[in-house]
Amino acid sequence: MTADVPGMSEGAKVSPFRDPKIRALFFQVLVIVTFLAFVYYIADNTITNLEKRGIASGFDFLSQNSGFDIGIVLLVDYNAQTSTHGDVLLIGIINTLAVSLSGIVLATIIGFVFGVLRLSNNWIVNRIAYVYIEVVRNIPLLVQLLFWYLAVLLELPKVRDSVKLGDSVAINNRGFYFPSIVPDSGFWLIPTAFVLGIIATVFVSKWAHKRQDETGQQFPVFTTGLALIIGLPVLAALVSGIPFALEYPSMGRFNIAGGWVIKPEFMALFLGLSIYTGGFIAEIVRSGINAVSHGQTEAANSLGIKPSVTMRLIIIPQALRVIIPPLTSQFLNLTKNSSLATAIGYSEIVAIFAGTSLNQTGQAIEIIALTMLFYLTISLIISVFMNWYNKRIALVER
Amino acid sequence: MAIVKTERHPEMPPPVTTTGVIGWLRQNLFSSWFNTILTVVAAYVAYKALYAFIDFTIISANFAGTTRDDCTLDGACWVFIKQRFGQVMYGFYPEAERWRINVGYVLGAIGLFLVLSNYVKNKKWPALYLFVIYPIICYFLFFGGFGLEVVETSQWGGLFLTLVLASVSIFVALPLGIILALGRRSEMPVVRMVCVGFIELIRAVPLISVLFMASVMLPLFLPEGQNFDKLIRALVGMSLFSAAYMAEVVRGGLQALPKGQTEAAMSLGLGYWQTMWLIILPQALKISIPSIVNTFIGLFKDTTLVLIIGLFDLLSVVKAGTQDKNWLGLATEGYVFVAIVFWVFCFGMSRYSIWLENKLHTGHKR
Repeated sequence: MTADVPGMSEGAKVSPFRDPKIRALFFQVLVIVTFLAFVYYIADNTITNLEKRGIASGFDFLSQNSGFDIGIVLLVDYNAQTSTHGDVLLIGIINTLAVSLSGIVLATIIGFVFGVLRLSNNWIVNRIAYVYIEVVRNIPLLVQLLFWYLAVLLELPKVRDSVKLGDSVAINNRGFYFPSIVPDSGFWLIPTAFVLGIIATVFVSKWAHKRQDETGQQFPVFTTGLALIIGLPVLAALVSGIPFALEYPSMGRFNIAGGWVIKPEFMALFLGLSIYTGGFIAEIVRSGINAVSHGQTEAANSLGIKPSVTMRLIIIPQALRVIIPPLTSQFLNLTKNSSLATAIGYSEIVAIFAGTSLNQTGQAIEIIALTMLFYLTISLIISVFMNWYNKRIALVER
Repeated sequence: MAIVKTERHPEMPPPVTTTGVIGWLRQNLFSSWFNTILTVVAAYVAYKALYAFIDFTIISANFAGTTRDDCTLDGACWVFIKQRFGQVMYGFYPEAERWRINVGYVLGAIGLFLVLSNYVKNKKWPALYLFVIYPIICYFLFFGGFGLEVVETSQWGGLFLTLVLASVSIFVALPLGIILALGRRSEMPVVRMVCVGFIELIRAVPLISVLFMASVMLPLFLPEGQNFDKLIRALVGMSLFSAAYMAEVVRGGLQALPKGQTEAAMSLGLGYWQTMWLIILPQALKISIPSIVNTFIGLFKDTTLVLIIGLFDLLSVVKAGTQDKNWLGLATEGYVFVAIVFWVFCFGMSRYSIWLENKLHTGHKR
């Protein structure tokens, strides 16, 4: 409320209770006092309760031995006998990030495909996309996750009856098995070539942009980039005499040994999150494209630009401005929703850290605080990045 | 001799190929060779998927019988759902008392109809009934008292519990959200900071962690001996969570209003609360109705998460059922059933919100 209300200006005599400035001050002091009293009440109760239960506060528990096994461990070594609750936290973070990032990629692809299909002139294609969107958006994610996990992936054939594609791929209710890469000496060349390919592509695209600005000539950046990013590692592999071996998954007596496996827990979460979020992204993409004036398409047509180029260079860039902000929220939602993994036994932060570790140590406050801090950080990073991107593509006005 | 026609030529109908069924087909399905291929492929896929779904749920499904042996397993075995229907609907609520829930449904349906439909013009009394009197009736009806046998909340479950969770949280979240949204736009820095802090903190973390916090930490926050039951703890978590989202929705509505509305109200001498209550909020809430319904749909779907903290909502009851050793291997049926129930509710609500949006728009739409 602004203070300058006519009739209450400096000259007029006003009772202090009716002065907006004093009222605002009084109200704010009241809020502060209530808030502090509330915090004090909670803190006091918590301290008393924790003392009664004999739980020490602090973060010492992070270096204590965890003593439980974790179903899915990526990138780091973990051993129930020697690893600590700190390691559990780390694994939880890695697993959450792994499933969120891969989910974001697939969900974006699904979303863009169905969002564009939803606008197709072809009636049947259009309806299929509509049904997909309305079905996945209106069924709780948890139901979909349990469906994928318990009704689809765990109902796959048993190990003995695995579905096989030659020697290299085997699918059963314990996971999807692929050949793994066993590096020899000289393997470092391949990832190095891959990174070089990406860097070279960035330079090529900058150079091509500049050349187009100066001469108007276009350069096939996409194909060149693809050739560089895929071609260079292949070339490196051939030159250095293929410095790796493939290890095929082989049928043991009780289980499949060797190779690389995607566990059903990860698969269910990955599929469920991507398909669910994809439905929401599709609607965002559709409304974004619809928001671009139809005159833009007509103008492009009248200039004789091919429809595919119109879409890529004229419609999508303008639609992105409308799409990016809600898309950011969907990415955040997907990351937060990965916490539903608790229900299907994928080892992400909420399941193993805020679940098992909390039950074992009883350090509720520290653990919940760390978990929330993790999500806060992620949210912040994603929004900062997306806001940066949003600003970059935003319409530049005078 | 005049060769110029003096009278106007009668208007010709458009070519046959552009009208009627054929025109529609040509335009929508076979406009080019690419479109034709797309149509054929898509039609095949759609036919296959639709047939498989109908075959599984209806044609090859079993409806009759009482045990798992009555299932042929060619399609869905709905015997399973049929046998557990009471539990799926009411949880462990004593069978003799289930009429109370049904009465509650009927009373609620009447209230909803009066408030939501087109037929009643003055919404004052229906709203008073639905938002003040009905919750009080429901409390005594469902929980007990006034001569009704007390049914502990630990016995509540199934679809009933899902509906209780959703409606109580929205009932708390909407006013709380409005207050938070007003606080966020307040010119008093302290009030604004408290509201922004709450909203952003809650929105940044997953609902599960809020539910965990409510179920693990709420007992720690309260003086010893005071203990809420599980349901209340879940309700606190869900309400706070949805209030934060609701606040942002309402804030959007508030932002959409031109500043002139506030200024006009002030120039008429209305105070802050009068301005808000009579001028700003009615307009802002009307603008945000579609988003409020969407938030409610999200909340309704999120009630399933109470499974993780051990409450027996619709999903948990069915999940527990699929793990019963007499009914093993029927997970698909269970989840398809839950999915259909939720879909009907959520799709219905989203249609309603579209209908309402069209009804309420007062000609300012571009």
